[in-house]
Amino acid sequence: MLQAILDHYNYWIAIFLMMVGFYTVVARSNLIKKLVGLNIFQTSVFLLYISMGKVTGGTAPILDDRFPIYSNPIPHVLILTAIVVGVATTALGLALVVRIRESYSTIEEDELNLADGET
Amino acid sequence: MSGLIADLTHHLPALQVVVPLVAAPLCLLAGRAWLAWIIAFAASASATVTATILAYLTFHNGAISYHMGGWAPPWGIEYVVDTANAFILMLVSAISTVVLAYSPASVAREIRPGSQHLFYCMFILCLTGLLGITVTGDAFNVFVFLEISSLSSYALIAMGGQRKALTAAFQYLIMGTIGATFFLIGVGLLYMMTGTLNMADMQARIPSLQDSRPVLAAFAFITVGLALKAALFPLHLWLPNAYAFAPSAVSAFMAATATKVSLYVLLRFTFTIFGAKFAFLNLPLHWVLLVPAVIAMFAGSFSAIFQRDIKRMLAYSSIAQIGYITLGISLASSAGIAAALIHIFNHGLMKAALFCAIGCIFYRIGTTRIEQMAGLGRQMPWTTTAIVVAGLSLLGVPLTAGFISKWYLVQAALQADLWWLVVLVVLSSMLALVYIWRLVEAMYFKEPPPGRGAVAEAPLSMLVPTLLLAGANIYFGIDTRVPVAMSESAATLLLRGQM
Repeated sequence: MLQAILDHYNYWIAIFLMMVGFYTVVARSNLIKKLVGLNIFQTSVFLLYISMGKVTGGTAPILDDRFPIYSNPIPHVLILTAIVVGVATTALGLALVVRIRESYSTIEEDELNLADGET
Repeated sequence: MSGLIADLTHHLPALQVVVPLVAAPLCLLAGRAWLAWIIAFAASASATVTATILAYLTFHNGAISYHMGGWAPPWGIEYVVDTANAFILMLVSAISTVVLAYSPASVAREIRPGSQHLFYCMFILCLTGLLGITVTGDAFNVFVFLEISSLSSYALIAMGGQRKALTAAFQYLIMGTIGATFFLIGVGLLYMMTGTLNMADMQARIPSLQDSRPVLAAFAFITVGLALKAALFPLHLWLPNAYAFAPSAVSAFMAATATKVSLYVLLRFTFTIFGAKFAFLNLPLHWVLLVPAVIAMFAGSFSAIFQRDIKRMLAYSSIAQIGYITLGISLASSAGIAAALIHIFNHGLMKAALFCAIGCIFYRIGTTRIEQMAGLGRQMPWTTTAIVVAGLSLLGVPLTAGFISKWYLVQAALQADLWWLVVLVVLSSMLALVYIWRLVEAMYFKEPPPGRGAVAEAPLSMLVPTLLLAGANIYFGIDTRVPVAMSESAATLLLRGQM
């Protein structure tokens, strides 16, 4: 059992980060903290992808006869795209938070709901 | 010349996405609202022509496979157009073109003068994303386009006039990103097991991996992620505020297309990639979709009845209508999928018409509160006629497009021996009657509120597209050949060799 956990430690780290991020998004009412949670959540998926491309004993993916075993570069390339998407999401989210703060003078969700007349 | 045409035809699947994609930065560089509008409109119109030609070609000659950059699949990105996605491409690009034709006056009123060209830039980028999601045959590519359309729609919603638009956009950003990330996890797990991202390749490899835990988890993540983007009950919380506080043109465009494209991706993954056997026989997707769909039909309509803001009311109505579409998918039969696709098309027409008409009213009276609609029937006769026609279509009255949807949906339910579903569909339509009636009553049978001066009919540039959409609701209620033939061909294609 313990060996099963240790052998797949990368997945456990990904799942742990995923839950930490997800919990932060759901439980925190501060919009910045929500975005931080969202970032951790996304990063966990990056780790999932990146660690999945690792081939045991493999080196960096260099096309040369001296390196017959190399890691799969495709997940890494995919995740570069996802990182860009994550950066764009964070930037847009932060821009929205700035605008929200300008018009509501608060970034706490409960106070925002109160200002909007929702409970 | 003929060589050029042959070349263009060959590259149509790429042009479908590339033209609007290039138009987006051009809108940004244009710097002026009118110039940006011309660029956006031209790109959207060209996308409509492209989609129509593609639909014609696929309907008569079968699916088209396009290798992006000449790289052969499964290594390169493949674009696959068949009748299922050609139908959605046509809907999305046509609605976008009509809404863009409608938008100049509305945008001039609702968006700050300095950022109107940015509005068109975001709008055309959102169109690019939606078209890309639909046309691609590569699972990861779907994620990329999904995020292009999502990010631009968050920005579009935030451009709404009230400050609530900002919180609505933020809430959608959080939920949309979680949905897209769930989808990304699912695609990653699938890649881990199959070693490919090409949809056709995945389809070939999944049958031998059906019982593996990662494939099951992938299926769950993808279904939940897409249900979030499609606003399927109970994952619809982002939708009412997003549609209510977005600028009028954005509400019309998004209500008619954005959730529909997510539902299309759900269809594609469920039937083409995982296969109906896996989803409906090994796993209980029938009930997983059916129960929320039925609850959505009632909860959405019921919430709509109590809204005082008309845009919010229509947004809740959308949640109910997404329920009908999902109901069709959950039946997993050829008739059910065809009914779902027909309703995707018809609901696009009715919601676009309704939101455009409400935008016309907002243009004149500056509010969308129901009590302010009183007496508009005489003051804005054409706009209110459009609302009545589209409202009747929403109810499913014969000779409107909505009737055709309900008819096929009821037939699909009967074919599956689920007569109680027929009862539920009819009952929930009665709820729609209640909220549409509230609006009609306010517009036609109440005196204008005191203090409101004379209200003129909306400008022609807004009225003509609105009436065109309302007219389409009647046209496609009578001449059903195109949507029915396309949907049935698409349903056969999605279920080919299954069940």
